[in-house]
Amino acid sequence: MLDLLAGFVGELRAAGLPVSLTENIDAMDAVRHVALDDREGLRTAMAATMVKRPEHRPAFDAVFDSFFALAPSTLGDEGEDLVSLLEETLRSGDEEAVRRLARLAVARLAGMEEGRGVRGSAYVFKTLRLLDVDGALARLLAGSTWLERDDLAAAGERLRGEVEAEVRRRLVAERGPQAVARSVRRPLPEDVDFLHASGEDLAALHRALRPLARRMAARLARRRRHGRHGRLDFRRTLRRSLSTGGVPADPRFRRPHPHKPEIVVLADVSGSVATFARFTLQLVHALAGEFSAVRTFVFIDGIDEVTRLFDRSDDVGTALARVHEEADVVAADGHSDYGRALSAFWARWGREITPRTSVVILGDARNNYHASHAEALAEVRRRARRVWWLNPEPRSYWDTGDSIVSEYARHCSGVFECRNLRQLEAFVSQIG
Amino acid sequence: MAERFASTAEVRAGLAGVEYLADEATAGVVFLADRLDKPVLVEGPAGTGKTELAKSVARWAGSRLVRLQCYEGLDESKALYEWNYRKQLLRIQAGEGADASWAELEDDIFTEEFLLPRPLLEAIRADEPVVLLIDEVDRVEVETEALLLEVLSDWQVSVPEMGTVSATRIPLVFLTSNGTRDLSEALKRRCLYLHLDYPSVEREREIVLARVPELPAHLAGEVARIVRSLRLLDLRKPPSVSETLDWARTLVLLGVDALDAEVTESTLHVLLKHRADIAAAARELKTAG
Repeated sequence: MLDLLAGFVGELRAAGLPVSLTENIDAMDAVRHVALDDREGLRTAMAATMVKRPEHRPAFDAVFDSFFALAPSTLGDEGEDLVSLLEETLRSGDEEAVRRLARLAVARLAGMEEGRGVRGSAYVFKTLRLLDVDGALARLLAGSTWLERDDLAAAGERLRGEVEAEVRRRLVAERGPQAVARSVRRPLPEDVDFLHASGEDLAALHRALRPLARRMAARLARRRRHGRHGRLDFRRTLRRSLSTGGVPADPRFRRPHPHKPEIVVLADVSGSVATFARFTLQLVHALAGEFSAVRTFVFIDGIDEVTRLFDRSDDVGTALARVHEEADVVAADGHSDYGRALSAFWARWGREITPRTSVVILGDARNNYHASHAEALAEVRRRARRVWWLNPEPRSYWDTGDSIVSEYARHCSGVFECRNLRQLEAFVSQIG
Repeated sequence: MAERFASTAEVRAGLAGVEYLADEATAGVVFLADRLDKPVLVEGPAGTGKTELAKSVARWAGSRLVRLQCYEGLDESKALYEWNYRKQLLRIQAGEGADASWAELEDDIFTEEFLLPRPLLEAIRADEPVVLLIDEVDRVEVETEALLLEVLSDWQVSVPEMGTVSATRIPLVFLTSNGTRDLSEALKRRCLYLHLDYPSVEREREIVLARVPELPAHLAGEVARIVRSLRLLDLRKPPSVSETLDWARTLVLLGVDALDAEVTESTLHVLLKHRADIAAAARELKTAG
């Protein structure tokens, strides 16, 4: 058992969960109070002692299910028609029925054979595709009400989970827990790379974004209120000193003037970096209350202001969807041209930049071998308080091919690698 | 080891007895907290029953509930203890005529009699079983969090003038947090972690039935489904469990018999507190029937 637990904790750490030594010991302690055959009790005990962030829970569950998998059970295949069974099950959403269906489907459709080094996720994908879950959902969704739609979606989600569990169960029996845990490992939401995120990762990112924004808004607000010493108020200090015989024993300070920074965001929204721009804009707008003003510009090779789109709608998602339709971002051929966009920005909006403005540029600086026009950025830098550049590419890719980051970097206060939420959070908390 | 509870199942049944429907994980963590003598950090969205959990455990176990409500600017004198200065002054003045030495006087004025215990010290010193609830711990500053560490890991409070006060019996401790900021690793490490999320449709239905028994059973299911679907919309403030219960009570008062789009829309303001949210929900109700 101890070996199993040690392997388990090792795998958790490999998946990126920060499990400290004391937490590990606590887990061992907690496990002693759980009956050995109580699988869910074991899960609770380990999660309560080792997982202290809700975002990490899915990763924990994936590892747990590999290490403490139920034995594959024998199943009574009565030769039912899967298609009608599927529709019936989705409609009822009944837990038992879903589990049974998942087992039947994996047994018949996944085509799992021993000794093939296929990734677990491939079997899951294959089963769901052959079963045509999406098709069945679409058929059932037609003419359903709002509530039924969500019932169906929940049932579909449950089925997906059960199929995954069944595949994992069979794989564990064949390959052992460690190998399986490794083959289903997914990055934690805060480590998901913006440029290579799958649809599922994006959903996780999206869920993580709102609590993150709330946390950061609280942090920015708190920092403005605290830990600021105003300048010495000479007049009041002198006046006070009269009562101590002219000795300034009790210095007085001016009240700090909490000023909120003004933010101008320039985002490259061309295909390659669109996801990154989307998340960053979403975060910045969720934090809008913490800045005195947020202005948003988007560009590909033309540049346009879209602040009004964000102001008008409450939902940043819909605003972003409209950006491409309403904003005038393509001037020539629709390939990123930073030089052209920057000089257009400087020519049209340059005088609106003040010493209170912080400019944030989002993009990979892949200029498709156009002229850099770095002098426009230099002008911007001269007027603005700060110019930051966030690059979603790994540092090692910078300045390779058509990337000209360092040419622009000379005119920035800082260039940051910003590949995931963790790095984005670190950046935003420093500009407050 | 305290051993107040025999098993997870007992915790679950006991909490159900005081009308708190805990799921398996919640009951399991409460059980472990008792066995391991560790505080429980309960995190989750507002209105999912975090505070209620501590209250219910106290009610069921017949313990006294000691509550420390956290806020920005909370300090030692409000959380741990404070000396009763006025009483100390009186004591000094009353003793002025007598010929007591300073040392005697000092011994005298720094005693139990002049100590004002605040929630943390009170919970540590209590002779009877207590449940300590440290509510909204994410509101205090990181520096103040450190105050809690000694209490929560060693179950003692140091009063420099008197020495260390240790717990006679270790209280059950619940810390709640809405997650407005990350708590320090040191605090998290000392706690068992429980994330209370919005309940599933089935469980919410049971909660509604338990807390609002006047509501017809078929409506309870509908209520739970509608609330679930509302939470799936991208709202500023999704409806909490307590708001679900308020809504159920509203429906009872209105004598509603069947939930249609019209009734739902006219009572949405009980569930949703932002104008934009209400508009979004109403739009959804109209388009999808």
